[in-house]
Amino acid sequence: MRHLLSAGDLSAAQAIEVLDVAEQMAATSGRQINKLPALRGRTVVNLFYEDSTRTRLSFEAAAKRLSADVITFSAKGSSVSKGESLKDTALTLAAIGADAVVMRHPASGAAHRLATAGWIDAGVLNAGDGTHEHPTQALLDAMTLRRSLAGTTGDLAGMRVVIVGDVLHSRVARSNVLLLHTLGAHVTLVAPPTLLPVGVSAWPCEVRTDLDAALAGDDGPVDAVMVLRVQLERMEASFFPSAREYTRRYGVDATRLAGLPAHAVLLHPGPMNRGLEISAEAADGPRSRIVEQVANGVSTRMAALYLMLAGSETP
Amino acid sequence: MTALVLHDVAPLGGDRADLVVLDGSIDALLPAHGADESVLAGLRRNHERVTEIDGAGHVALPGLVDLHTHLREPGREDAETVQSGSRAAALGGFTAVHAMANTEPVADTAGVVEQVWRLGREAGWTEVRPVGAVTLGLEGRQLAELGAMADSVAGVRVFSDDGRCVDDALVMRRALEYVKAFDGVIAQHSQEPRLTDGAQMHEGDVSSVLGLRGWPAVAEEAIIARDMLLADHVGSRLHVCHVSTAGSVELIRWGKQRGVAVTAEVTPHHLLLDHESVRGYDPLFKVNPPLRTARDVEALRGGVADGTIDIIATDHAPHPVEAKEGEWVTAAMGMTGLETALSVAVHALVAPGHLDWAGLARVMSSAPAHIGRLRGQGQPLQVGSRANLVLLDPAAVTVVDPARHASRGRNSPFAGMELPGAVSATVLGGHPVVQGGALATPRPPTPEADGAGSLR
Repeated sequence: MRHLLSAGDLSAAQAIEVLDVAEQMAATSGRQINKLPALRGRTVVNLFYEDSTRTRLSFEAAAKRLSADVITFSAKGSSVSKGESLKDTALTLAAIGADAVVMRHPASGAAHRLATAGWIDAGVLNAGDGTHEHPTQALLDAMTLRRSLAGTTGDLAGMRVVIVGDVLHSRVARSNVLLLHTLGAHVTLVAPPTLLPVGVSAWPCEVRTDLDAALAGDDGPVDAVMVLRVQLERMEASFFPSAREYTRRYGVDATRLAGLPAHAVLLHPGPMNRGLEISAEAADGPRSRIVEQVANGVSTRMAALYLMLAGSETP
Repeated sequence: MTALVLHDVAPLGGDRADLVVLDGSIDALLPAHGADESVLAGLRRNHERVTEIDGAGHVALPGLVDLHTHLREPGREDAETVQSGSRAAALGGFTAVHAMANTEPVADTAGVVEQVWRLGREAGWTEVRPVGAVTLGLEGRQLAELGAMADSVAGVRVFSDDGRCVDDALVMRRALEYVKAFDGVIAQHSQEPRLTDGAQMHEGDVSSVLGLRGWPAVAEEAIIARDMLLADHVGSRLHVCHVSTAGSVELIRWGKQRGVAVTAEVTPHHLLLDHESVRGYDPLFKVNPPLRTARDVEALRGGVADGTIDIIATDHAPHPVEAKEGEWVTAAMGMTGLETALSVAVHALVAPGHLDWAGLARVMSSAPAHIGRLRGQGQPLQVGSRANLVLLDPAAVTVVDPARHASRGRNSPFAGMELPGAVSATVLGGHPVVQGGALATPRPPTPEADGAGSLR
């Protein structure tokens, strides 16, 4: 794996390899000394053009547990805010000797550009680019679903996952649809029509606009519900009339979850708007795997960095 | 007094002929090899210089006329100048270009259009016809002094806020009405601004996957429909810039059937490329209006073939390198086109049989000259016509290398593509500005060559 730019770049075998390695990584984290020497002497740069404390911390922890040298570069307070171009930043990182660059960027395609423009030889890991993709989020979600539903060596084929929320602006949704499809799961996207991209019908998933109908599971019981963050400013751009109306039609609460099969789980990539897209009762309820998602994030990112930088030997 | 002899050319791809050009006009059209030693000897006796060009294997076309060129001067000389853009035009076979008004300062006064016109005349590589802004500062609110620009030495007839849409229906109506007084035309950049706020690429399946904000076809089509109805209502000429969608072609077909005085252009890039090119996020493919679907490309070609789309215009939009190498959303929109347009048109229209050479001459020369009310351009290849000509080697295959372009812009989306047809010679008012595929000498300014100014 040279770069990880899109969840769609992973074959089923590659995705399963990442997930299997992530399980091995998770097994080490319970040890008293949870550090592995796998990336000793390698330099991982976390290049964050967007505030995202949770993702940044997750990648930092992952790289440090693999003994990599970690340089974190936040846009704020760096030369980026003075207008340095992505190219010049890339050339700087190349000169520093970065082996991998983990990049979070507000522009869709920025990671793609960094990886393919010929500025830098380092592997590029897309940690979220605009409204495009966030592949490690999809991987950690898949790991969470595997652990919750299929056992650690299990298989997501045939599982039914409902993803509800602002699909239009969601990189999490794009990466999840691609990865879950690759892994054989059946995905249903649910959103008000204004928050579905034109062209979504070409995606490898089902699309609905009625959450209750989607949760009713006419084609088979729903195994997991993934809730996407909704930003309130979307209201001002006429994507939906009010927060109340959004919550009534698309908010996930305990009542809506009550009708699901007993084994069904609830995921949210965070940060949550409690009371808008998800109720506190649902977020803190027994189906919630939201805290596990965070823990699995570190293991998944360890696996991705390991496979990018150390190849496929066993850790 | 100079003479120019073009030996053994195929006018519009037809029977081969020798063309004799005297004092800037076609003086004789002889059968091939008709301009023999005795004819040449006669010319030499009466003219201080006789230039000969061997045109064997070449198609002769009337010099190309571009209705939509961004020369960037004044204000963005780092991107292009009238001089560099004129050189690019000559190399591309264009004997006239219309310089768009979105310069800094905007070409919204007689002073700016006269400056651009003079710079073009001094450069001498092609005829530079300035386009005047429709509204002050391209703001879309108050009409610029259209009459002053029309009456100036630049003789402006084409008015456009290109880059921006004249979206206020009342302002558009007034502009359409007002320019009737001097036979002007409003060239509209059809883009409903609210539907395209922050738009990055064609809205469709590719934009949905790439997470780039969509530029829906309806934002173009709605303005075209409105403008045709307005033009019909007030009996004015409307020109639609860079038509990019199948729906727009259908609407314009409808408008023409209804008798609306509407003309339309399509760019070379919209005839060849589609939104699949955007998948790599390379800003070279970022352009406004955006690259559409393969179905749109087919409809645009069909529209040119059946005459719904009147002309090809380059929308040549050079940018400095740094404006085109960052993240997609921060990159500038636009592509160069002057030096590739003819080859792309041959590839997209002539080779598949949509147009013959005469058809190509119509859409790239006579029709745009007529829309721009440009005298002395786009005339038939016959005795008495002004000698604005291009010689094309249709058998040549060129690999596009933007580093070798005369334009300052390196932002060609065709870089690395193999395209058919190469311009060997461009003749501007009887003077060969391009010979052997390379720049020769500019045409010295002559009073009688001031086609535009003579309208006063």
